[in-house]
Amino acid sequence: MSWLIVGTVPDDGFPLVHGPVSVENGHLSIGKRQVKIARGTPALAATACLAASELNSGAPYALLVGDTGKGQGSRKLYAHFVEDVAELQYGGFTFHYLQPDVYWHNQVLWAIQEKLDRPCLVADAGFMYVAKMSGFAADYDLFTPDVGEMSFLADEVAPHPFYTRGFLLEDESRVEEYISRAYSEKNAARHLMVKGAKDYIVRDDQVLSTVSSPRVEAMEAIGGTGDSLTGIISAYLMSGKEIPLACHLGALANRYLGLLANPTPAYSVADLLPYLGQAMKEAQQKFTAHQNPE
Amino acid sequence: MRFLKNIFSKDSKDAGGVSERGIIVFHHTSEVIKAESLLREAGLDVKVKGPPPEIQTGCDMVIEFPILYQLQVTETLKKNRIEPIQVVAVQDHLLEPVSLYNVKELGDYLMVRAANMKITVEKSSLVIVNVSGGGCPDVPFLAEELVGRKLFEAPEPASQGQTLCGFSLHLAYEEMKRRCRG
Repeated sequence: MSWLIVGTVPDDGFPLVHGPVSVENGHLSIGKRQVKIARGTPALAATACLAASELNSGAPYALLVGDTGKGQGSRKLYAHFVEDVAELQYGGFTFHYLQPDVYWHNQVLWAIQEKLDRPCLVADAGFMYVAKMSGFAADYDLFTPDVGEMSFLADEVAPHPFYTRGFLLEDESRVEEYISRAYSEKNAARHLMVKGAKDYIVRDDQVLSTVSSPRVEAMEAIGGTGDSLTGIISAYLMSGKEIPLACHLGALANRYLGLLANPTPAYSVADLLPYLGQAMKEAQQKFTAHQNPE
Repeated sequence: MRFLKNIFSKDSKDAGGVSERGIIVFHHTSEVIKAESLLREAGLDVKVKGPPPEIQTGCDMVIEFPILYQLQVTETLKKNRIEPIQVVAVQDHLLEPVSLYNVKELGDYLMVRAANMKITVEKSSLVIVNVSGGGCPDVPFLAEELVGRKLFEAPEPASQGQTLCGFSLHLAYEEMKRRCRG
């Protein structure tokens, strides 16, 4: 399935670019441009690209623009997306590090719903925040929050995780309560992949499966490990896997990435990527063994 | 007379009278961060808050201040060429920012979380080794600026951050400094 990753690069001088991505010499490559893989959308796109290659899928495409938080880049991207939406005939989209802006979020969502044939919609990071704030969270197929972001989704009045109310602050033991609360207020996508010490794969307020091992504590401190997970899940979706299976395998693979790399908290996500192929094999083996116990 | 009583009474909010607090609304979050710093330096009791739902646009904040000091507030901003969109009295509850920190020891490293942002420092060298979490586009940019630098020599995230994620990172950074000062 063809796939478009939509996000930003932390460089205001980076132009709006659209095309297939590859990984060359440790950098994300798109068109004639090379981008450092440190965290954020470049990390997601690089991981999706490498994971898709492992699954013998074609390379994902990306729509990227430079934005260091001022929002001009994101607004330029949103406007381009709405203008050219009919040309964006992809089977799925992963929206990522973008400046939250309710007006432009709604323009993008409505353009997709009007002009495209029901693509799979995944939202993470800033675009997940604004999807929730817009009141259209239920129009998405998958959100990938961590536990802190899950408590934000559960708080019906918080427009950003910065304002999550104290009684809903991150508490790993209350994740299922947060999930139910988010669904009851229509602030969750149809599926959730909640990242934490234990990962929860959820569909319509029902926990389908959990993944809690292997566990490498240093991964929480490493910037971009949530992005790598969303990248792996995107690759599994591109390969045709159903959303719950893609999330389960993705959660396992991202954990094996940590186990195989044996990182300290000072590692970069780019240091982990050489282990991705083996991590995905280990994930598949563990999943198969679990499905077919002797 | 009742009007004045409401303004000067500590219980005016509970009594449902005129608010004693005002809010300043800005075009951009980066202006909020700068204005907060300037108004604090001017000795004003200001707080960053979430705007009332009717004026929320996305990644935004407002500054809450004592309404009696409105002139001083507007003059301070004017002198520094910051033009807010509007200055109004508070009529509704504002959203409180996250104020709790989560601190985790990771062997030779210390990680502090504020809201959705985490910063990790090597304890022996006080070098910032990682920044994680967040979802706004200034996070990857700020991480590039901070990672690899010593905690007390790194640029303050608030000086270059633009969004609520940047502001959360600043809070985590300040808490980390407080803990590492010993």
